[in-house]
Amino acid sequence: MINRIVQTMADAMAGIGDGSTVLVGGFGAVGQPSALIDGLIEHGAKDLTIVSNNPGVGRVGLARLLELGRVRKIVCSFPRSSDPVVFEQLYREGKIELEIVPQGTMAERMRAAGAGIPAFFTATSVGTKLAMGKEIREFDGRTYVMEKALPGDVALVEAWQADRWGNLTYRASGRNFNPVMAMASKLTIVQSQHIVELGELDPEKIVTPGMFVDRVLHVPYGDPKPS
Amino acid sequence: MSVNVATAWKPLSRAQMAVRVAADIPDAWYVNLGIGIPTLVADHVPAEREVIFHSENGVVGMGPAPEPGQVDPWLINAGKQRITLRTGGSYVHHADSFAMIRGGHLDLCVLGAFQVAENGDIANWATSDNDTAPAVGGAMDLCVGVKRLWVVMEHTTKAGESRLVRKCSYPLTALGVVKRVYTNLAVLDVTSAGFEVAEMVPGLTLQDLQNVTEAPLKLAS
Repeated sequence: MINRIVQTMADAMAGIGDGSTVLVGGFGAVGQPSALIDGLIEHGAKDLTIVSNNPGVGRVGLARLLELGRVRKIVCSFPRSSDPVVFEQLYREGKIELEIVPQGTMAERMRAAGAGIPAFFTATSVGTKLAMGKEIREFDGRTYVMEKALPGDVALVEAWQADRWGNLTYRASGRNFNPVMAMASKLTIVQSQHIVELGELDPEKIVTPGMFVDRVLHVPYGDPKPS
Repeated sequence: MSVNVATAWKPLSRAQMAVRVAADIPDAWYVNLGIGIPTLVADHVPAEREVIFHSENGVVGMGPAPEPGQVDPWLINAGKQRITLRTGGSYVHHADSFAMIRGGHLDLCVLGAFQVAENGDIANWATSDNDTAPAVGGAMDLCVGVKRLWVVMEHTTKAGESRLVRKCSYPLTALGVVKRVYTNLAVLDVTSAGFEVAEMVPGLTLQDLQNVTEAPLKLAS
């Protein structure tokens, strides 16, 4: 019998190694797996590469993980937030590496990783400093830059509903990066607001099939805060 | 920019610029709006036109800000503002949302900018090469992916420097992509021969406009 539901945060985090690349879902606070980020802080893995659209707000969550010195590198499209103080200080002091990636390229690099595509060409960033050092090719008279897949060792995902197979639904704009991150990682860990019986989810409404999911923790976190 | 008393022309306000852009968006277009003045455009599309607004974080059919008491904390736009979903709207994940952008499925994107060059180059994400950690977001994807890119911005900086330039001095977001620029003084098309002035605020002459514009201008024929 398949049962991907785990009972404790320690079980959810088991085996995350130092040096892992961790994909963290969410766009602002919406769809962000806040409890799992706190779990990762507690778990203690270090020398991490974090892939997330934003580097965290204030001194909690991702910002806290950064402040504790656990993160070697952050890959993001938007290293700003309403209060990015921790990231900015570490970056100024040269204590964290930053890779800025256009948001669509970031999503597509993870989708590619999940789909077994090692690299692809895109027109995004051609002629800009974000294309420097990358392979350039022409197709049908237009110039493109090569971008490599961005696989994760671990993905931290927030879902709205999950069943024991790990089938997931999301809520409104809480979907964002979560489904592509779930596809792109060796170990996908989900916090879900609700756990339902197998068969309760309408197959037409399952966005992430359990094939992409390894562990589900029930976290009735409540509504995201304004960000 | 202050009111020029001698000739009595007046620059448009931010809201007036948004109204002017909105007037040019036809029925049934799919449109992405950037942060700042572009966001205001949604409020000014004539009611009889069905224009579908897309937001990078996976919202197709974004509606206006919610009434007090009607807030859905799970529903935000790319500027992280609370929004509504209009009837017929849908949600997609980030890779599909950017497939809509990068695959050429959006009819229009309206962005703000620091500078636009006469060849259509746009600089709108970083103010210098030494910017410690510039935030690109989805700007580079939007610029190259949508069917047409319009820019809405003040004609000059606060210091009075022209934002319409021969060559961008700020780091580029994309090359040769801007089709049309709406400023607080004029509407200009980017053509193979440079900026063509399609429209100016009442009372402004081409010479007045050229005086505050670095790039050479000509009137549309």
